[in-house]
Amino acid sequence: MGTMLRGFLLLLSLLSITAPAFSLYEDQVGLADWHQKYIGKVKDAVFHTQKTGRKRVVVSTEENVIASLDLRHGEIFWRHVLGPNDVIDRIDIAMGKYVITLSSEGSILRAWNLPDGQMVWEAFLQGPHSSKSSLLVPASLKVDKDNVILAFGKGCLHAVSGIHGEILWKKDLEAESFEIQHMIQASGSDLIHLVGFVGSSRFDSYTIDAKRGELLKHDSAAIPGGYSGQASLVSSSTLVVMDSAGSTVTTISFQDGKVTFSQTPVSTLIEDFVGKAKLLALKLEGVFAVKTGTHTTFVRVTVEGKLEVVDKINHATAVSDVLEISENRQAFAFVHSRSNGIDLTVKLGADWNHDLLKESIKMDQERGSVQKVYINNYIRTDRSHGFRALIVMEDHSLLLVQQGAVVWSREDALASVIDVKTSELPVEKKGVSVAKVEESLFEWLQGHVLKLKGTLMLASPDDMAAIQSLRLKASGKSKMTRDHNGFRKLLIVLTKAGKVFALHTGDGRIVWSRLLNSLRQSETCENPTGLNLFPWHVPHHHALDENPSALVVSRCGPSDDALGLLSFVDTYTGKELSSSSLDHSVVQVIPLPFMDSTEQRLHLLIDASGQAHLYPKTSDALSVFRPELSNVYWYSVEAETGIIKGYALKEKASDDYSFDTRSIWSIVFPSESEKIIKTSTRKLNEVVHTQAKVVADQDAMFKYISKNLLFVATVAPKASGDIGSSTPEESWLIVYLIDTITGRILHRMTHHGAQGPVEAVVSENWVIYHYFNLRAHKYEMSVIEIYDQSRADNKDVWKLILGKHNLTSPVSSYSRPEIMTRSQSYFFTHSVKSIAVTSTAKGITSKQLLIGTVGDQVLALDKRFLDPRRSVNPTQAEKEEGIIPLTDSLPIIPQSYITHALKVEGLRGIETVPAKLESTTLIFAYGVDLFFTRFAPSRTYDSLTEDFSYALLLLTIVALVAAIFITWILSEKKELRDKWR
Amino acid sequence: MRKGVLLVLFTLCFVLSLFAPSHSGFQSDELLVDDDESSSVPKSDQTTVTTPSPTPRRKFSDSDSDSKIQFTLEHAFGDSDFAPAGTFSARLKTSAHGGQTLTKLRFSRNALTDAEKENFKNLVDGDDFYKIRLPSNVLSPPGKDFVVTSVRARCLPRETLDEHFVIHTDGVNILGVNYGAPAPCSYPRPAKLPSKWSFNSYTILKNTEQAPRTPLFIQDVLKNGEEGEGEVVAPPERSFWAKYWMYVIPLGLIVVNAVTQAMNMPEEQASGQPGGAPAAPGAVQRAPSSAARRR
Repeated sequence: MGTMLRGFLLLLSLLSITAPAFSLYEDQVGLADWHQKYIGKVKDAVFHTQKTGRKRVVVSTEENVIASLDLRHGEIFWRHVLGPNDVIDRIDIAMGKYVITLSSEGSILRAWNLPDGQMVWEAFLQGPHSSKSSLLVPASLKVDKDNVILAFGKGCLHAVSGIHGEILWKKDLEAESFEIQHMIQASGSDLIHLVGFVGSSRFDSYTIDAKRGELLKHDSAAIPGGYSGQASLVSSSTLVVMDSAGSTVTTISFQDGKVTFSQTPVSTLIEDFVGKAKLLALKLEGVFAVKTGTHTTFVRVTVEGKLEVVDKINHATAVSDVLEISENRQAFAFVHSRSNGIDLTVKLGADWNHDLLKESIKMDQERGSVQKVYINNYIRTDRSHGFRALIVMEDHSLLLVQQGAVVWSREDALASVIDVKTSELPVEKKGVSVAKVEESLFEWLQGHVLKLKGTLMLASPDDMAAIQSLRLKASGKSKMTRDHNGFRKLLIVLTKAGKVFALHTGDGRIVWSRLLNSLRQSETCENPTGLNLFPWHVPHHHALDENPSALVVSRCGPSDDALGLLSFVDTYTGKELSSSSLDHSVVQVIPLPFMDSTEQRLHLLIDASGQAHLYPKTSDALSVFRPELSNVYWYSVEAETGIIKGYALKEKASDDYSFDTRSIWSIVFPSESEKIIKTSTRKLNEVVHTQAKVVADQDAMFKYISKNLLFVATVAPKASGDIGSSTPEESWLIVYLIDTITGRILHRMTHHGAQGPVEAVVSENWVIYHYFNLRAHKYEMSVIEIYDQSRADNKDVWKLILGKHNLTSPVSSYSRPEIMTRSQSYFFTHSVKSIAVTSTAKGITSKQLLIGTVGDQVLALDKRFLDPRRSVNPTQAEKEEGIIPLTDSLPIIPQSYITHALKVEGLRGIETVPAKLESTTLIFAYGVDLFFTRFAPSRTYDSLTEDFSYALLLLTIVALVAAIFITWILSEKKELRDKWR
Repeated sequence: MRKGVLLVLFTLCFVLSLFAPSHSGFQSDELLVDDDESSSVPKSDQTTVTTPSPTPRRKFSDSDSDSKIQFTLEHAFGDSDFAPAGTFSARLKTSAHGGQTLTKLRFSRNALTDAEKENFKNLVDGDDFYKIRLPSNVLSPPGKDFVVTSVRARCLPRETLDEHFVIHTDGVNILGVNYGAPAPCSYPRPAKLPSKWSFNSYTILKNTEQAPRTPLFIQDVLKNGEEGEGEVVAPPERSFWAKYWMYVIPLGLIVVNAVTQAMNMPEEQASGQPGGAPAAPGAVQRAPSSAARRR
């Protein structure tokens, strides 16, 4: 037995030695992988169409991306991801060549070159306290021939040189909690008015000389009725404010140092008014808009300060900012959605009865309501004014509308993926094979000529592209049926917008997308957020005539005790089969390993009060679940209090499908010395092939494989801040391995002088985690491997033969674990955003770690580099086993970036899915961008490569057969001759 | 003859010396984690490593660095209320840095009352949980919260009620307790009552382990290189079997073959094949067998 194992090992080590690199050739890029770029939900947009040349729009988004988009096609010219720590507040265009961004609560001002997106300058603005920020780029304000950019942030007003980013002057307003509302340049003068509020009751106005930064005037007055945070600027000296109750409009006039107020109740403007009114941010001369329920009312402020209703629209409406189309002519647009499209109306500010433009645009799919609209004008061929509108929809998509049609659209919900699951494609039905486009003979010939050119290196770049597309077509990877290797699947993606997408793994195209009705804002559910996706129904018995479905779990608000929502989606068609709003909250969803008779998976939903609810609510499911009731356990991690608790179900149900729970164990971390920063568990669907690991000296170690292993990392509370905020002496990182059934601490280990952030991955019998070592000033990765000692004496062959082993005895958490751990730490150069591990169908293939690096790339690192048994001089036997000599740091091999030259901007997660082919795993990395690839951790040992020459094989066989025939005939002849002789 | 014996002895010694494990070769500097839990002998105390942990205050104001401390174990049957079940006593050592550690843990369990026995029987019948709890801070119990743990009641009874505690501490704080039977207890659990209603307790106090340091390399490699320079790193001695199995197996087969042949030969000779008597032994052997096959 030992010798056999040895031989096998030798073979394995030979195999592994020959497969160190996983790089691609240049022409293989894009064959098995795809990459999609997104920007996220647009929150601000500035057009740049004045000059000749390429027309573009610069946008900033909720994902903190600043991007320049082509107005013709919607493609990205350039894009920068500032990340979640640098939130973009304002954008603008200065001097016709720079894009100005103000970010991080008004503390960083940057200028980007408009054509190519290079950063031109960056200015750090400092101030005494945080406040709202505001940006003003005056068109005609010059200080010493230099354009000035005014930025308000952190309680200070800064004037920054537009050319090189120098701070020209700085004015501290010395007013605590002054929340700026507007920054206004008085027309034709160098005076700047700053209008804002202190608290909810005082109105402040500052007048500042823009040339020198002198404070000329400061007016302050208490607002009668309070202030709700909504204000609209009607003219350069009039502001309209909604009071805190939402029932009265206050007009503030601050001309000539006098601040006057006049109050008007909303009910005098709008007849049947009930509830709360909101002010819309509209910068139209003399007009403001009030939103009450679904109605929007436009009110004009006359010169005398009287209010009169101009128009009333009975739909949910988005209103654009004001666009100056010519001298003293202002236009603005409002858009509202209909059942199968949107209506766009452009009006001239002065003339309410006349529409400049009224278009209704049809849309082919449900995109929800209109959220934002930005308009831009152009001169038509007949010299009249034309308008185009950039529209942000409820599903975060971005549309450009012109001449009554959607010119282009972007599905930017995909920049905010929450959860990913895969679904198998339909089985190919006999007789109804997918229609294959028959090529004509000429095309076929052309293709072969092209390929020949390619092999003879005569092809031009255009030809190469053509060859590439031919290759893609030939591989049939974008078919809508299941394939033998399991490479073709549907990625079901849940996004923050509440839209569910199905992406084809072959080419990344959107097969269907659905804005879930249950995830749209409604009166009962104000702020629905998606939580998780689960496979709900995976048909095996009737795979041909039943479609699989997925469960979308969401809740009505950000807090834990908000009510839950369930929604069921057909994964082939995207139809929302049904949805239900629950009468309890959802804190945790436990997919159970049971199915009812219709192959629906059972799920247990835990609510905030600790009750467990069984879904689907059928008696069938209950009868499946009842016998297993006593074997269901779960745990909760309360990170704030530092307590981990384990629960079991009570036998008695409180009603038919709800069960009371009881706490059975708890682990209490001392709050003065430990704070939970990371927990991690094994993936539920992971497959482990071998229970034992054969080590060099013909010994076997048994892996401790438990589905209930929880990895917890705690740090000293002092060291929970940023790196560098604490000294090595007062910071430590403690890692725990906990059995979640009994609450046993299986292993506990302290890293002194280490601190977070911790990223961890648990797989098979090991944990790998990444943290910062303060003493060495380097990032480190550690591995813990866990081995089961209770089965260690099964190594005796005689025991195996005589059946005196305990290998077949069931493993129980209630048995006392006899485990042995081994661990080792290595330095790692990068900080890490996410760690995942490859997973294959049977778990035979060796594992590779997938590390999302700080540069938004995915790096594959062989698990063998993180083997705790690595030593400086491995013995011959250990070398044969594949143990790499010990080094202090982990190597980063440039060829093993599986994202090759691409970046997955804003990388947040890496999902791995096994293909049917054992050697291959499918990898989906998501952030602002999406990236998908196929990856073989130990190379494709079980299939021929795609460029395998079948023709040559066939040719050889034919030649051999021919040779056999020829020699046979020859020998026959010879025999005959011999006989005649 | 004696010379031959000597020769045999000498070669035996030589061979033995070859097989003896050589300790002079490479020794790994890997830290071997000694596992406290794997020891099956009942232990009542355990020396522990000091960890720097700030402690709120000291209850016992003796001047010396050692003080005695007691905390109670409480138990519950199923969902019943907790009641005292035993007392742990330990020594609290205060180091010069102010760090405190618990050592020398002793445990005395109260005898079960009749009501408790009845409760326990009910638990065993229903395969329910037997719960215990400890304060999370031994100086100011219960501290932040109680550390609770539970076990299926059917796991405990053997001859007596066997239980096994591993108490994870950090200074004066108790983080968690691994509690259960020392013996395996796998599903389905048979309902069984103990013959003697007394507890047989094993307790271990466990502190955190130090993580192995990331090897600081340049020096280490140099040191190892210097050490290793004098002697060639000998490949580890493999067993005789591992080295020569490819020769031994065919040899063994040949021997077995020869023996069986030798066994067959006399029989065949006795039976007396008429044709092949004068031929060489090999031929004799081969001919009848082929004849037999033909038949």
